[in-house]
Amino acid sequence: MSVIAIPSPTTNLSSVSSGNALELRGVTKLFGALAAISDITMTVRSGERRAVLGSNGAGKTTLFNCVTGDFFPTSGTIRLFGEDVSRFPAYERIRRGLRRTYQISLLFGGLTVSDNVYLACRGVSRGRFSLFRTRASDPVRTRVEELIAAVNLTEATDTLVSELSYGQQRQLEIALALAGAPRLILFDEPAAGLSPTERRELINILTSLPGHIGYVIIEHDMDVALRVAESVTMMHNGRVFKEGTPEEIENDPEVQALYLGHGDE
Amino acid sequence: MAVIENPDRSADATPRSRSWYEGISTGWWVLAAALLFMPAVANDFVLFQVFGWTFILGMIALSLMFLAGYGGMVSLIQMSVAAMAGYMVAIFGFSGISDLSLGMPWWVYLPLAILIATIFGTLVGALAVRTEGIYTIMITLAIASAFFYFTRQNYSIFNGYTGFNLVVPPELFGVDWRQPMPFYYLTLGCATIAYLAVVYVSRAPFGLVLQGVRDNPRRMAALGYNVVAHRIAAYAFASVIAAVGGILLVWQNAQIAPGTAGIAAVIDILVIAVIGGIGRPIGAFIGAIIYVVLSTFAPDFLLSIGMSGERFNLLIGLGFLAIVFFSPDGILGLWDRWRARRAKRGDPLTGESASGGDAP
Repeated sequence: MSVIAIPSPTTNLSSVSSGNALELRGVTKLFGALAAISDITMTVRSGERRAVLGSNGAGKTTLFNCVTGDFFPTSGTIRLFGEDVSRFPAYERIRRGLRRTYQISLLFGGLTVSDNVYLACRGVSRGRFSLFRTRASDPVRTRVEELIAAVNLTEATDTLVSELSYGQQRQLEIALALAGAPRLILFDEPAAGLSPTERRELINILTSLPGHIGYVIIEHDMDVALRVAESVTMMHNGRVFKEGTPEEIENDPEVQALYLGHGDE
Repeated sequence: MAVIENPDRSADATPRSRSWYEGISTGWWVLAAALLFMPAVANDFVLFQVFGWTFILGMIALSLMFLAGYGGMVSLIQMSVAAMAGYMVAIFGFSGISDLSLGMPWWVYLPLAILIATIFGTLVGALAVRTEGIYTIMITLAIASAFFYFTRQNYSIFNGYTGFNLVVPPELFGVDWRQPMPFYYLTLGCATIAYLAVVYVSRAPFGLVLQGVRDNPRRMAALGYNVVAHRIAAYAFASVIAAVGGILLVWQNAQIAPGTAGIAAVIDILVIAVIGGIGRPIGAFIGAIIYVVLSTFAPDFLLSIGMSGERFNLLIGLGFLAIVFFSPDGILGLWDRWRARRAKRGDPLTGESASGGDAP
């Protein structure tokens, strides 16, 4: 299986670095009186592939939104590659190597596949405010083609996104997340709504990511989640419920009772 | 809309060898020729008053179109930005109010006027981009109203209610630019440059990003874009166009007063942009010519049928209502629908489209 070519992070991404890609300390997010997530403490090492599992309403997507900067946490700290980004806007976190995909595809339906990937590549490169059109020699254009090929959408390069199948849109979401030099990607239910063939393709894409890219994946499909993750965090009612390897989580009686639905009792 | 022109994918790819002008349709060439040779057939009134005013209002409406059509921000400050540039020309340059005008050379006061108006528009943008939809309209309208009342009440800088008169363009290259034909070409040239700049930028990274921000700001932030900064930059770009339009406007009228940026004038720019079609740059000029023709000739028409000439605004208002009711995307929307219907009209027996792939 070929490994997707992703540029390695450059030193200007962040001068502050540690062995951990993501550190959450006591992160809480309140919506009025409702605590969507409470006192979440979690560490993801650089290059680690982690699954976050839990039933609907467990707070997984809120956790992602806090990490990406869509919401600021009510309390607690979020450190990205050693730097406290708790109050950083979303775009500052993205420029530090964080990427995410969305549960519901948030693509630009009126633009082509190449334009969508171009926007993603331009967002993490220079020339965002350029008033001059892209030249043929612009390296961003080459990168766009590479990313489209990496998610097997070459034949749909000039297709409007609104005309893509659902599965292709999910693949395009991944291409957007791979733009630039990602170091940590948050995948929010990437397999939702995919056919078995498309799921296999997704697993191939995820497992062929370069080793320096870590990711956290929210996924309801246990087959996908446990095959692509090396560690698992279980969430329940906005809190971390269990952590362990996929095997430990799979064999944990409490998890089975709560989530997998075939406990002993 | 493919923003990135795809590199040649095959050996026989021909697009690369195409010249830029081959992509321009015949209609545009005809329009360009008609506008270039207009002075040969049109009288001074039509050149100066109808077309000159159309190009000026079209530019100011174009600045609104850029913000609304590409950025999703309906700003009512554009006329105030234009008036600010006009005032700065009068203040830093020459006017009949010699006590207040500083008499600087044109190469100082022109860039200064554009710069100050752009800063003004950008600052308003910095406030307005923190709001959405109706609130953007309201905040820009509030600032436009404040600007109007401030210029009317301030005598030490803006000369209050009277404003400035005898503000005329400098005589460059020995040409009196306020004569109908030179002024026609001056406004045509500026309008063309502004139009081409907007079309070009709309497909450059900045314009593409702006359209992404319009469609999905949250996603754009998640792609690494500073959404607020992009919106403010869009105000700056639009302000430059509005400022140039404002300078031409003060030269055409040879005066500037608070009424230039009064509430009615501010709303007129929105009406012009909506009538033409706020989604595309050419819509601003289509709306402008409709507005100018109605404003110029409707009073005579109304008088001829025994009504007061003052009622021409009624015609504009009715036209605006009709456009909003029947074609929210303006005259251009009507045109698009007519073309779509024409393209769909096919064989009545088979129902095949005239433009369908099976057509002979």
